[in-house]
Amino acid sequence: MAEVEVQGISKHFGEVRAVDGVNLATAEGEFLVLLGPSGCGKTTLLRMIAGIEEPTRGDILIDKLVVTHLPPRVRNIAMVFQSYALYPHMSVYKNIAFPLRTRGMDKAAIPAKVEWAAAMFGIEKLKHRKPRELSGGERQRVALARAVVREPSVFLLDEPLSNLDAKLRASAREELRQFQRRMGFTTIYVTHDQVEAMGLGDRIVVMNKGRIRQVGPPREIYHFPADTFVATFLGSPPMNLLEYAGTLVGFRPENFLPAEFVSDADGVVTYPFEITYLEDLGAETLVYGNIRERFHTGHVVSRLPGNVNVSIEAGRTYAFAASRRDLRFFDKSTGLRTEGSLP
Amino acid sequence: MNRVMEGAAAVPAEGARAGVADRQGQLAPLMIAPAIAYIVALIGIPFVMAALYSLSDVTTGDPSIDFVGLHNYREVFYDPVFRTALSNTCLFALASQTLVIILSRILASALMQDFRGKWLARFLIMLPWTAPIALGTIGWLWMLDSIFSPFDWLLRRAGLLGAPGVLLGPMPNLYWLGQSGLAMASVVLVHVWRLLPLATVIQMAGLSSISRDLLEAAAVDGATGWRRTLEITIPLTLPIIGIAFLFGIVFTFTDMTVVYVLTRGGPVHTTQVLSTWTFFRGIEGGDLAQGAAISLFLFPVLAGVASLMLRMARRAEVT
Repeated sequence: MAEVEVQGISKHFGEVRAVDGVNLATAEGEFLVLLGPSGCGKTTLLRMIAGIEEPTRGDILIDKLVVTHLPPRVRNIAMVFQSYALYPHMSVYKNIAFPLRTRGMDKAAIPAKVEWAAAMFGIEKLKHRKPRELSGGERQRVALARAVVREPSVFLLDEPLSNLDAKLRASAREELRQFQRRMGFTTIYVTHDQVEAMGLGDRIVVMNKGRIRQVGPPREIYHFPADTFVATFLGSPPMNLLEYAGTLVGFRPENFLPAEFVSDADGVVTYPFEITYLEDLGAETLVYGNIRERFHTGHVVSRLPGNVNVSIEAGRTYAFAASRRDLRFFDKSTGLRTEGSLP
Repeated sequence: MNRVMEGAAAVPAEGARAGVADRQGQLAPLMIAPAIAYIVALIGIPFVMAALYSLSDVTTGDPSIDFVGLHNYREVFYDPVFRTALSNTCLFALASQTLVIILSRILASALMQDFRGKWLARFLIMLPWTAPIALGTIGWLWMLDSIFSPFDWLLRRAGLLGAPGVLLGPMPNLYWLGQSGLAMASVVLVHVWRLLPLATVIQMAGLSSISRDLLEAAAVDGATGWRRTLEITIPLTLPIIGIAFLFGIVFTFTDMTVVYVLTRGGPVHTTQVLSTWTFFRGIEGGDLAQGAAISLFLFPVLAGVASLMLRMARRAEVT
């Protein structure tokens, strides 16, 4: 168990600032998710923590010790790569044993340790297979077992679920979370998938263009986004943003419902909503349309749960409403969240 | 588009016809035919001729083919020069290729790194491959000259040669091509010089095929540079190293230019190889039958090497 801290870290590739002055600290045993679109610098940040990439500026501390210029092998970290990076010429057993051998572990102790790691991920029976004889899910387990086997103090994961199919991904997510809780490793997890981030993280770090946009628990990030980038990056469909009197008004699609379903002591705002298109996704219906009152620009989306029983059709206008409590306001020029209200 | 309806006969589409290019059954033989014609004309026929000659008493003076059975093979095999040539051929090929593989591995690793002037370094290393072998070897002939060799000059300047009591003796020259051991070493050296570029390129291709993730994973797993080389890169590039090695074996086994230009097989046959001995016996000596028999001794070895190469190439594809 360890704390990881990065202080003013930057990584420049020529003119490109992949990571640009990031400060971040994990708590001990925390599951921290780095979330952002591709090219936002999250993987580069992770690679710098791992010691694979040397920072242009700034420092990395693991357990209060500066490790910035130390090679990966002395940092006591483990990393799972997006491609899993299993050694193709070695059996599963040898793959898992490799980190133990490199650390000069007593040969007699290795089999038991490998057995322990393999059992943890239910891959005891695959020990003699080569990676190419494994399915995607099995490979991922082997990669996790290889990472865990020497009980690192920090566990780094680079989009480890992105090569799995959707069904497997959900169960792998659950297993990963339970495993992390059980072992208590400080974990830093990189993903561009907001569902993974919301589901896994104790805290989420939202990054864009090499900088941190917001750090916080998933609910806080989702409900109180620090700026319009976070507001539109999280949530599917993203938060509706409409311009009103020099500010941007935001509300989540699931908070924008037919007026009869919205009631709140804090009051509601009701709009005539001209529906242009309906998308029935089974569990929910996405309703696309325009608001033509008060707001200058007005294309918004509403997300109706499947059990909300209303008959609406495209081409007609209905009264839709959002609770005032669910409205967020952003400065139009900086994009940052501000205080505000609607009449 | 064809429409097949129940109860109605299928009607072929009008105006649409499959050309030769669409019919794989015809296209494949058609495209492979030139290669087969080439192999038959330039390899198949000469090979059959050589086999026929080796079983006959044909000479340049008497081109009529009278069969004498395995007489030529027996004759050749009990000739001590042939035995020297056979062992030299194997020795030169193995020694030079072992050196080539080690050196090319080091060079390839160096050239995979990022440094200033990398392009120039790669270009210079490739140069020997672009020079005609005969010309390159003539250059070496001059450098290994018995009197004017620059190597000797350097050794004399360094105080290692040409004075009483120094390491390499009091003689002013080493006579590179005039002493059997040095002559053999010189032949090996020139083979190494000539084949190093090809092997380096093959090894670089092998190294660049290893995913960067794997090496990084090994680094994170705690492997040092040596361990990564011995346990990750070498095992992963082994099939490709094998191909480079076998290529080199074939090239050195069949090459006569280097020995012919440098030593003509001398001194006293100590650098004789099968290809030069074939030439001296068959062409210069006029004994076509024995020349053919000598050259056919190479065949089983080269056939074995070729089949190994094909197998390795397939393995390299799989992993």
